[in-house]
Amino acid sequence: MSLPAILTDFTLADARDAVHAKKVSSKELTAAFIKAVAAARPLNAFVTETPERALEMAVASDVRIAHGEARPLEGLPLAIKDLFCTKGVKTTAGSNILSNFIPPYESTVSQNLWDAGAVMLGKTNMDEFAMGSSNETSHFGPVFNPWRARNSNANLVPGGSSGGSAAAVSGNLCLAATGTDTGGSIRQPAAVTGIVGLKPTYGRCSRWGIVAFASSLDQAGPMTRTVRDAAILLKHMASVDPKDSTSVDMPVPDYEAGLEAGVKGLRVGIPREYLIDGAPPEIEALWSKGADWLKALGAEIVDVSLPHTKYALPTYYIVAPAEASSNLARYDGVRFGRRAASVGDVVELYEKSRAEGFGKEVQRRILIGTYVLSSGYYDAYYARAQKLRTLIARDFNEAFKKCDVLLTPATPGPAFGVGEKTADPVSMYLNDVFTVTVNLAGLPGISVPAGLTASGLPLGLQFIGKAFDEATVLRAARAVELASGFDAKPTQWWRAA
Amino acid sequence: MSERSAKLIKGTTGDWEIVVGMEVHAQILSQSKLFSGASTAFGGEPNAQVSFVDAAMPGMLPVINRKCVEQAVRTGLGLKAKINLVSVFDRKNYFYPDLPAGYQISQYKNPIVGEGEVLIDLKDGETVRVGIERLHMEQDAAKSLHDQHPDHSYVDLNRSGVALMEIVTKPDMRSSEEAAAFLRKLRAIVRYLGTCDGNLDEGSMRADVNVSVRKPAGPLGTRCEIKNVNSMKFIAQAVEFEARRQVDLIEEGGTVKQETRLFDSRAGETRSMRSKEEAHDYRYFPDPDLLPLVLDEAWVKEIEKSLPELPDEKKARLIKLGLSPYDASVLVAEKESADYFEAMLGAGAEPKAAANWLNNEYFGRLNKAGLGIADGPVSAKANAAIVAMISSDVISGKIAKDVLDIVWNEGGDPNAIVESRGLKQMTDTSAIEKAIDAVIAANPDKVEEVKQKPKLAAWFVGQVMRQTGGKANPGVVNALLKARLGLPEQG
Repeated sequence: MSLPAILTDFTLADARDAVHAKKVSSKELTAAFIKAVAAARPLNAFVTETPERALEMAVASDVRIAHGEARPLEGLPLAIKDLFCTKGVKTTAGSNILSNFIPPYESTVSQNLWDAGAVMLGKTNMDEFAMGSSNETSHFGPVFNPWRARNSNANLVPGGSSGGSAAAVSGNLCLAATGTDTGGSIRQPAAVTGIVGLKPTYGRCSRWGIVAFASSLDQAGPMTRTVRDAAILLKHMASVDPKDSTSVDMPVPDYEAGLEAGVKGLRVGIPREYLIDGAPPEIEALWSKGADWLKALGAEIVDVSLPHTKYALPTYYIVAPAEASSNLARYDGVRFGRRAASVGDVVELYEKSRAEGFGKEVQRRILIGTYVLSSGYYDAYYARAQKLRTLIARDFNEAFKKCDVLLTPATPGPAFGVGEKTADPVSMYLNDVFTVTVNLAGLPGISVPAGLTASGLPLGLQFIGKAFDEATVLRAARAVELASGFDAKPTQWWRAA
Repeated sequence: MSERSAKLIKGTTGDWEIVVGMEVHAQILSQSKLFSGASTAFGGEPNAQVSFVDAAMPGMLPVINRKCVEQAVRTGLGLKAKINLVSVFDRKNYFYPDLPAGYQISQYKNPIVGEGEVLIDLKDGETVRVGIERLHMEQDAAKSLHDQHPDHSYVDLNRSGVALMEIVTKPDMRSSEEAAAFLRKLRAIVRYLGTCDGNLDEGSMRADVNVSVRKPAGPLGTRCEIKNVNSMKFIAQAVEFEARRQVDLIEEGGTVKQETRLFDSRAGETRSMRSKEEAHDYRYFPDPDLLPLVLDEAWVKEIEKSLPELPDEKKARLIKLGLSPYDASVLVAEKESADYFEAMLGAGAEPKAAANWLNNEYFGRLNKAGLGIADGPVSAKANAAIVAMISSDVISGKIAKDVLDIVWNEGGDPNAIVESRGLKQMTDTSAIEKAIDAVIAANPDKVEEVKQKPKLAAWFVGQVMRQTGGKANPGVVNALLKARLGLPEQG
């Protein structure tokens, strides 16, 4: 292992080894990232920077390392999506209504990371309440993708909702970041920013302390520059949690250990329904290329069918808003968060606080969710969506009788321009067409960078695995990572800005 | 069970039948709340017993309290009801300041307990079966405080998330008496089970009463729901008032509208609160934070095995011990009185005598003094000793009352009191005869009179009892007197 010329170019794995080997101190490493974060403010990737806290944690880590008490992630600077409650550090969920909220508690996932020795650089920007696919619904303004098309100065979106985390990882502003994924919010931004994003099996990571969007779909996961880094970070995010009834008591394997086992003999399913009309030819071409790589490495390519795929997006846009409409009822201006000024009575307090506190997309989804649950519509929408959800999950179960893992495109296209899709919610929702199925079925999915478009923008491929089989998903992604040789990085245009 | 007697109310167009169903909210006895570890103790400082879950802070998740589930199952078993091994928690959505999450976690389509029954004993000795429709678990709401500030309302979250059982009956009650008797019986059952303290004053038991009227055997009428009636007396009043109001309304050509009404205990009347049209759309849906609640059948069986003897079974057993059905039902009606009675039996009292003594003497005194059984000054052991002395003719019933007075006021062991104060009944007939002789000698005129008017013998008995300081056995005195005065045995 050699030290990179610039400390922020480290992968998580290499930084870990260097810090453990005392080749670099956590303080040096952390200081480098603090500088990078400050220099990247034009990207708007962070809502809150916590440089003092980061340095304190780094110094404490260095003491532990000196005493030979280094923990697995000792002294490694991470960015945390602003949906994870962090004790004593403002947690906004990208929303005006939580713009002043400082939690008196720490989410289980972030606590797991601190317990493993990690250092917090700050809280990353995101779509408001994780509702969005472009990070343009944030109350704190859009995040810009570190990538720009060749010969273009136009700002592109970093995807969403974990857009700030994606930009921070892609732009080398942190070693890795946490994200959350309800319908693709880790994988889609990862794909369009050229990084790795893993949504674990539902129940793998505790949801306790993560501001809820859609409880039956939300899942935390790692966003990293390499597949190995995702394996490392997931290991330290995942845990069964007695405080989350939906977390699952399954052993968390050493994902890193099996990473290089290769795909020889692995049965990779290609679901024909993921071939959609109107998708750019580059997407289909990359998908074929992915299958070819795997075949060349000894995998068996199997055609499979997921017949209910076409219902996934509408199902998702019933289930997720329904749960959100209920989950977001607690933001009423009464106990915490932002309260509207000068109101006459409690009804006005609710109405004004929520009207001022929630942005348009959140309001739209609350309205949709309230509608689909209301009496007289419940059976036509929510109840049918639940049935479809069962059928979609069954599709996967059937497919996994014939294969071990599925290969699909991650997104229907590369990063698009800021403002390009904000006027048309449906075209925005289509960004999640390849990712929502995975959330509806509760399965693990990973997006791994696999190539560039003709205009030089990154594209990702997605692997979908059996429940709690993150290990296979990671192993397959590692094979593509190697085969593609993807090593493109965005030019750091923001430093000149 | 005897044939149901009709309890009709009169209207100008003929008789009407009252139909009552009830929804009872009973607070589950548990140390901590249904989905959080916060304390459930009554009377804490406002907002002192609130976890982040109870305050619905962002990212907080509910975790079911196993004890509460056990208590709900126990109650279901006590109601002879079907236990559903799979039940589901749903969210009931509405905005209110005392509902921090904007939804209440409840059970809607799949409750933990299904159909069961409660038998109620009426004053006339009739037993009526009231069907239980279901029992489900849900969270209590917080409390709004409107009297703390001139233009602000405050919220106390201590109650927020406390576990409740909502017990829903079938519309099986036909009078205000049955409604009150049902609640009394239900309260006794949950108190026997130890699943709810049944404290109506502190709100740990609250009833919503559904009332409708119909022509006897006709189709059911439109019901009104009367909210939060918090005493047996008010339940009876509320049902009476509401039934009369509906009869009058219909007979004047009006129609009953389905609505929620509030009972005003001061005015003794019900008032409209909100109509069906104004009712919330609660948008129930399964709570995605909680998995379906799956019970292990063996665990349910274990709970069943641990059930205590319940009022009906206890009553049957007491009747077998020789008690009258009436005495038995009075004793089992309150867990404390039954326990007290059993403690007396444990101390050696004879069942029938003990029951008579409690129902005729001791409970009356407690009532008069406004004391509960637990607060009474005389132990079961002391009362058992007094009853034993009556049964073995050591003291008379009259002396027994005096002994009770002494123990009540001064405490002490009844046997020792009787001994030290010389209250033992005279069993020595010669001493009684001596007293009789003295009375006869002192009252020759009365002796003449009694020969004409035998009823005057009672006067002699009184005099002899006085002479003996009440210690003579009145039966013995009576017999000896009659012999001496030459009066017939009978009369």
